[in-house]
Amino acid sequence: MKISPSTNGDSLGHRSASLRRRHVVASLFKALCIGFTLFAVSVLGLLIAQVGADGLPWLDAQFLNNFPSRFPEKAGVKSALYGTLWVVSLTALIALPMGVLAAIYLEDYAPASRLTRVIEINIANLAGVPSIVYGILGLAIFVRFFGLERSVLAGAMTMSLLILPVIIISSKEAIRAVPSSIRLAAYAVGATQWQVVRSHVLPAAIPGILTGVILALSRAIGETAPLIMIGALTYVAFTPEGPMDEFTALPIQIFNWASRPQAEFHELAAAGIIVLLAVLLTMNALAVLIRYKGTQK
Amino acid sequence: MTLLAASKYRWGEAILRQLFFVCAFISVLTTVIVIGILAVETSSFFEEVSVTDFLFGTEWRPLLEPKAYGILPLLGGTMLIVVGSSIVALPVGLACAVYLSEYASDRARNIIKPVLEVLAGIPTVVYGYFAISFVTPGLRLVFDDVQIFNAASAAIVVGVMVLPMVASLCDDALRSVPSSLREGAYSVGATSYEVTARVVVPAALSGIFAAFVLAVSRAIGETMAVTLAAGATPNLTLNPLESIQTMTAYIVQVSLGDTPSGGLAYKTLFAVASVLFTITLVMNLLANKVMRKYQEVYE
Amino acid sequence: MINSENAVLEARDVTIRYGGHAAVKNVNLSIYEKKITAIIGPSGCGKSTLLRSLNRMNDFIDHVTQDGEILYRDTNLYDEGVDPVEVRLHMGMVFQRPNPFPKSIFRNVAWGPTINGLPGDINLRVERALKQAALWEEVKDRLDDSALNLSGGQQQRLCIARALAMEPEVILMDEPCSALDPVSTARIEDLLFELKQNYTIVIVTHNMQQASRVSDYTAFMESGTLIEYGDTDQVFTRPKQKRTEDYVTGRFG
Repeated sequence: MKISPSTNGDSLGHRSASLRRRHVVASLFKALCIGFTLFAVSVLGLLIAQVGADGLPWLDAQFLNNFPSRFPEKAGVKSALYGTLWVVSLTALIALPMGVLAAIYLEDYAPASRLTRVIEINIANLAGVPSIVYGILGLAIFVRFFGLERSVLAGAMTMSLLILPVIIISSKEAIRAVPSSIRLAAYAVGATQWQVVRSHVLPAAIPGILTGVILALSRAIGETAPLIMIGALTYVAFTPEGPMDEFTALPIQIFNWASRPQAEFHELAAAGIIVLLAVLLTMNALAVLIRYKGTQK
Repeated sequence: MTLLAASKYRWGEAILRQLFFVCAFISVLTTVIVIGILAVETSSFFEEVSVTDFLFGTEWRPLLEPKAYGILPLLGGTMLIVVGSSIVALPVGLACAVYLSEYASDRARNIIKPVLEVLAGIPTVVYGYFAISFVTPGLRLVFDDVQIFNAASAAIVVGVMVLPMVASLCDDALRSVPSSLREGAYSVGATSYEVTARVVVPAALSGIFAAFVLAVSRAIGETMAVTLAAGATPNLTLNPLESIQTMTAYIVQVSLGDTPSGGLAYKTLFAVASVLFTITLVMNLLANKVMRKYQEVYE
Repeated sequence: MINSENAVLEARDVTIRYGGHAAVKNVNLSIYEKKITAIIGPSGCGKSTLLRSLNRMNDFIDHVTQDGEILYRDTNLYDEGVDPVEVRLHMGMVFQRPNPFPKSIFRNVAWGPTINGLPGDINLRVERALKQAALWEEVKDRLDDSALNLSGGQQQRLCIARALAMEPEVILMDEPCSALDPVSTARIEDLLFELKQNYTIVIVTHNMQQASRVSDYTAFMESGTLIEYGDTDQVFTRPKQKRTEDYVTGRFG
């Protein structure tokens, strides 16, 4: 049995009807992919335009300096902004060390045991638990069981649990990126494990860790549901003075305004969103800066 | 260094090691406590309401007389959001990923990836605002009988919200397909569509599947957009233009009111949360398992 | 230097650049019908790039530009009206590493003919191709198994069958044995002699013994330039260029 090659003289440049049709399909498919991508990208533009059009007219010094009010023209985000800053700072204080230490354990210390595997899988799955479930956890444990009430501390601890998996996962990646030759070299001159980690692994991993931490904290800034669960949605006309004070937060204030029927309050919500996005943008710029500095070394 | 000093050193190292372990173990503790709380409160809920009534009842009216505790309307509401958001997020997300991995130049990629990251980073409450201020009015222009609060509007923004995750995970899956496969397909006279749709996408299918499962799980757990846009009407309907209530929106509704702790209404919170947690946990476990598998194939 | 045989492919003054860097410089080369032409040279000399230009596989690499003509029976492969998909129907390709699709053995071979709507019974076509690739006896009872379960050598023969099933005129092979053990390599070299009766073959290899064993003509490239091209015997035993001599006698570098 022989194969006869297609030396049947058919020259190039005369593509058949079916091949033309296949090229049409290919072009349509590519156009479809581009179209859908443009759609996704343009949603961001639409969203920003909508927020800007509604919110910008309300955005002034008074909006930043006033407390919430039932009169839209007097309402502001001062307590919400302070509340957000309080919660995020406290969350950073709690979650940063815990997350990084957990990542150090899992990357440099943990034995290859069943328990380690359970911890790893558990962290991956915790990252996908709906945030509102963390709210229920915070409500039952921090608010009720530990009696922290609707305090900044209860909010920060709830948020810490929420972002801990994110911090651990990104810190692990940053630590793993440190070449093991550095570790071996340090051990070779007689360093203990902690000395190796503290003097060699952590300094090299810090830019990556910080980037991950900031992105995790941005997530905490935007989270609403868990704070509502622990009861942060109250009319708060003061700024928190300490971790045990009651508080409100930017996304909660936005939710509050957006859920009212009056158009003025929807516009206030948009103005609040601009403030919230500005805070997030600042954080992200910081993350980019750190990443940039980190790669420069 | 004397031997005694050395052993003191070891002692410090051991303490640090324990401290690190505790930090890592807190995650396990979190899971255990969540499951514990949900189990305890839910079982005490089931002392007053039968499991059958809860799982198969078609009316959900826990705060008004006559009370009814059938979760199906909340599940149905959640499913409407899941289906609607999947219709938006899965095809568009996959198409974005195909564009990014198969067609886009480096320059286009460097623009589109950050835009998607920004979209992914926008807080959910902002999407809720976008739904009521932009999507709902838009829907009301097109259709006649759109209620102020409706499932469609919420589903669309939830779809947009999970889209970047779908795109990014599918992009990873497609890019993990070796380019030699694409060359093999081109070498036997395939067009770019045939290479993508019949070789690359099938080869990346497990990763794409995992992305889809995670997206659905995210949509099920999504809270603020659906609370703002979909309403608070437990309503067993297939019509996306009606107001509905999801499991998550119900939990928010209860916690916004001053529900006394310990009462049956308070316990519904945990019963609903148990269902929510169980569904999302199963989906996440499945997706993570599939993802680990496909990473093994190509790494 | 080469008698006036029937040239299937003719590269005329071909220069290929990656961005600013010229990987192939002003190459003129004729590929003759039903002969095996080997392209040898040190790694990075541009031999793979030249090979890939013969079925327009460089189209997929960003920032690649090409000057000159590649004539296939008097048509320039790079003419406006020429469809790269059609080009690849005439030029099959076998790659450096076996790259079967993650599909069944049967589907691997049948896929190309099916999407291109080639005439005839597809089962016969697959069987024919697998026999020509000397793989049929090993796989005829498990055609529905995944191709990924085959050994490396079997996978590479499957990829050859995949190319043969298209019944191309030319088969381009890019170091087809570099990832294989000596036994599998010997099988594929035997196969090349069989295939030569019906196909024109261009093989890129860094293995000089292989080139001298299997090829009729040998082209030696260095730094993107075609240094010498002629009968394999002549190139290996009486090279005209000093640099060719250095390379084939192992004094290279």
